[in-house]
Amino acid sequence: MTERLDGPQNPPVSVTGGSSAGPADTPRTRRRLGPSPAVAIAFLLPAAVLLGIWVVYPIVYSIFRSLFDAPGTGFVGLGNYATIFSDGGMLTTIRNNLIWVAVAPLVVTTLGLIFAVLTERLRWATAFKLIVFMPMAVSLMAAGVIFRLVYEEDPDKGVANAVLTTVHDTFSSSQGYPDARPREGDQSQVATEGGAVVTRQPAQPGQPVLVPIVGIKPQNMPAGARPAAAPTGGAGLSGTVWFDFTPGGGGRNGAVDPEERGLPGMTVEAVKDGEVAATTTTAADGTFRFEDLPAGSYVVRLPKSNFEAPFHGLTWLGETLITPAIIGAFVWVWAGFAMVLIAAGLAAIPRDALEAARIDGATEWQVFRKITVPLLSPVLLVVFVTMIINTLKVFDLVFIIAPPSVQPQSNVIALEMWRVSFGGGGNQGLGSALAIFLLVLVLPFMIMNIRRFRRENA
Amino acid sequence: MTTTTAGAAPHLGVGAPRRGLASRIADRLGGGVIQVAMVVLGVFWLVPTLGLLVVSLRSVQVNNAEGWWTVFTKPAELTLENYKNLLATGFTASFWNTVLITVPTTILVIGIAAMAAYAFAWMDFPGRDTAFLVVVGLLIVPIQIALIPVAAFYGGIGIFGTIPGVVLFHVAFGLPFAIFLLRNFFVGIPASLLEAARMDGASEWKIFASVVFPLGKPAIASLGIFQFLWVWNDMLVALVFADTGSQPMTKALQSQMRQFGSNIDILSSGAFLSLLIPLVLFFGFQRYFVQGMMAGSVK
Repeated sequence: MTERLDGPQNPPVSVTGGSSAGPADTPRTRRRLGPSPAVAIAFLLPAAVLLGIWVVYPIVYSIFRSLFDAPGTGFVGLGNYATIFSDGGMLTTIRNNLIWVAVAPLVVTTLGLIFAVLTERLRWATAFKLIVFMPMAVSLMAAGVIFRLVYEEDPDKGVANAVLTTVHDTFSSSQGYPDARPREGDQSQVATEGGAVVTRQPAQPGQPVLVPIVGIKPQNMPAGARPAAAPTGGAGLSGTVWFDFTPGGGGRNGAVDPEERGLPGMTVEAVKDGEVAATTTTAADGTFRFEDLPAGSYVVRLPKSNFEAPFHGLTWLGETLITPAIIGAFVWVWAGFAMVLIAAGLAAIPRDALEAARIDGATEWQVFRKITVPLLSPVLLVVFVTMIINTLKVFDLVFIIAPPSVQPQSNVIALEMWRVSFGGGGNQGLGSALAIFLLVLVLPFMIMNIRRFRRENA
Repeated sequence: MTTTTAGAAPHLGVGAPRRGLASRIADRLGGGVIQVAMVVLGVFWLVPTLGLLVVSLRSVQVNNAEGWWTVFTKPAELTLENYKNLLATGFTASFWNTVLITVPTTILVIGIAAMAAYAFAWMDFPGRDTAFLVVVGLLIVPIQIALIPVAAFYGGIGIFGTIPGVVLFHVAFGLPFAIFLLRNFFVGIPASLLEAARMDGASEWKIFASVVFPLGKPAIASLGIFQFLWVWNDMLVALVFADTGSQPMTKALQSQMRQFGSNIDILSSGAFLSLLIPLVLFFGFQRYFVQGMMAGSVK
């Protein structure tokens, strides 16, 4: 069952065999014994009727319908087409399609090429290919639900932001206490200085330092915060950073009261003559301690980074990122297709050509650039063009992934056509014009297909 | 699995001895980096689907409270509750609608396209080559073009919102690819086989049914898988031509999307159920899947 995805070794000649069949089989030489045209027409009739009524006639009908207004009674000429190119919402739609066409096919083809090249040397290539190829079998509707979940903004729900925040927090460890500040007035032991919080009086090792902080919203209070412990003094410079607020009232300002909690994860610096002499982080009960600090007087400082809002990831499903986010889902779906086709092309490249170049001293990169890619270009073109056609027709992913509020910002032509005609728009004249516009956009590729077919079967 | 390494081995084996030690070490290290990168990418591709599965197996409360990845530390929270809720919404009916749309479409496409493909491959009639070029051209016609005209036409003959209406639409739009794929395969059947049958005085129908169709099985299998998946996974045609009584799973789920947050139990379980059969088909018949894909794109 698993041979097929490393299938490059046995290209599917069986299916494509037609064009490579021997001369005896070419259409020109088998005219002798055929049946009469009447029999041929009988065999073709069901297909011809279906294609005629469901595909060809609708094209003609749509062209006419696109020249009429919403009820279909008033002739408007090219008015519907003018609407497509002047209406603000429509222009956003066309702009989005341009972004799709410019980005998605390139990304998919490049990724497919990279995957195909890398899997060539991989021991578990088949497993990898199966995994990457699998989304092809999944409906775009289900893929949409899958990515709606991936892009959930809350990093405790959406895996994309969970990964981003984890990576972010690995490199910057601030706990994040937005709006936290010292109590106003001269009584407080600490004051604000350029966004940071500093002690008013110089501190010396052996003397405990109190850093009372107020203004922390309940939802910003870390779950791991424990009741604040009053500093005990002892070796080194030590102290406590705590939330100087007793829930329900009471408590003394500037003193550690029983109900008050420490502020864990606060970065604390000991500053001497403007230079940071040591840095540490507060524990769950808010205490900190600088061991082995040379004697002298220090300013204890909580740097600005403590008071910046914590990073919660990106708003994937907001107005700005929605189209790139949906393109991400598209790439997830189609990269496997590109990989499998390109891998088949790769396997068909004669090994001798590559070997000869290597023996002549070409580096792997040169071999790849100068031999592999040029020999692959027909396959790369097929993948690229297929992806352009698919991006022009993209519908389900946008419809499902974009939340209702950002649908206008993520709109694409294929979706707008449905919306205008059936999804509440009620304007089948404009809808027909959009359908014709879509057809015109794929027309060059249709002609390209026909030309290629004629060339290969001449 | 084993054939994979065999493919890569020859050029590595020949290339290596000529290169210096340094470049071989670099190669080995590079190989390690690539391995790690590929593992990461594989995980990257797997995680979204895994997420859907886990979310579908956890209660709404748990999903609201924490990310699905915490399941690895709390496997006991898994439950079939969401699937029970889903079935309570009458989802079974839309599952059967999907089956009733997909199976007849696949059979009809195969039958009708095979007949046409046989005519294109082995019969002479005026305008044959031009007609086939039209089929090639129709391969990529966007279905949007037919939505409005066919809706009007269905309204006229009274099959709007019915399963036969949806099926016929799918059959028509499946035909160009099907005819193209099968014709290219049938052309490769040895002429001697057909001519022998014709000499024996067999009717064209008999040749088609007893020679061409059986010989075409590999291509028909590829086509069948593709057609089945397309129709099973379709949403657009169903949105327009199916009503609530004939709607397949995709449309039923889409109607729940507006309240994504509160319907996540139904949406996750429904989406996962809808992709189970495609996944089984994909893993079971991927050989034909890949063949069909190649034949449809690279010639």
